[in-house]
Amino acid sequence: MDLLFTMIVPLTIGGIALYAAGRRVDVYSALVQGAGSGLETLVRIVPALVGLMTAVYMLRASGALELLAVALSPVLDKLGLPSELLPLMLVRPISGSAALGVGAELISTYGPDSQLGRTAAVMLGSTETTFYTIAVYFGAVGITRTRYAVPAALCADLTGFLAAAWAVSLLF
Amino acid sequence: MTVIWTGMIVVSILCGLATGRGPEVAAAAVEGASAAVELSLSIAGMLCLWTGVMEVMRRSGLADKLSRLLRPALRLLFPQVAGDQGIMDSVSANVSANLLGLGNAATPLGLEAARRMARRSPGVASDSLCMLVVCNTASIQLIPTTVASVRAAAGSAAPFDILPATWLASALSVGAGVVMCRLLSKVWRD
Repeated sequence: MDLLFTMIVPLTIGGIALYAAGRRVDVYSALVQGAGSGLETLVRIVPALVGLMTAVYMLRASGALELLAVALSPVLDKLGLPSELLPLMLVRPISGSAALGVGAELISTYGPDSQLGRTAAVMLGSTETTFYTIAVYFGAVGITRTRYAVPAALCADLTGFLAAAWAVSLLF
Repeated sequence: MTVIWTGMIVVSILCGLATGRGPEVAAAAVEGASAAVELSLSIAGMLCLWTGVMEVMRRSGLADKLSRLLRPALRLLFPQVAGDQGIMDSVSANVSANLLGLGNAATPLGLEAARRMARRSPGVASDSLCMLVVCNTASIQLIPTTVASVRAAAGSAAPFDILPATWLASALSVGAGVVMCRLLSKVWRD
């Protein structure tokens, strides 16, 4: 089963190629043309990424996240969320790579098969980089009035964190 | 976004000065911008590969099949644009790519749907666009391969034993996002 999960990416590509070839599609020229359009998308995303990551790096360096962690820990205790995982929950909506870094550190510190390690992994797996996604989508299509998208997305994140803690204690 | 971004900058400057980390903040301002370009380069290969594979999927009619399966459910989520074939095509392809964990393939498809939706109300996020963005900020990935590889690297006995818990948490998270969108769309005045 683990081998199947490891091979999921090459198997997906191989399966699609075989199916398309069976349907007499010119697989290689389709692949190359599609890859070209990926480059165009990338060029559109870079400016938003530069803006957002500058702000995230500054926020991290300023120590604001640590201050927030101290301020928020009483609320977390009430919600049943372990305060050890607060840095992960704070970084998760802002930066995917930072969240992966924080998560990987938590997982190796507490052990991958511990309650905390599993909860950190499930939190990473069941949420997304909310602010990055919002910046990319609204930035790419020129939307400045985002209405309720940010509060609704953050509500989904919070639910994901609570559900991760709950699901791990239920299933393990 | 203007408010959030400016707020983040102002808070980091004030906080950096208050905690005596002014120089670190100054360094981070330069570092962040170049890190963004490095990240863009590091995802460029995967992004191009998956848009290529998606193009193969599209031409072979496979993407159509997958999204046709999702269409009825998605019509309920996007009632305002359910009649627009082009939008529903990109939305269902975006959702199926997200399910498969093809995040880099999902983004261009989602952006295509977003562009078509935004054409109907320039500058302001419509209810459908808010729903699309919220669905993309919640993870619906069936197999979280990155997290599993981190667990495997840390010596987990079974790196994929978190799958059921992840599905449960994902479903609840997406459900909360959808419900919030529906509720807020009724009460939000701009």
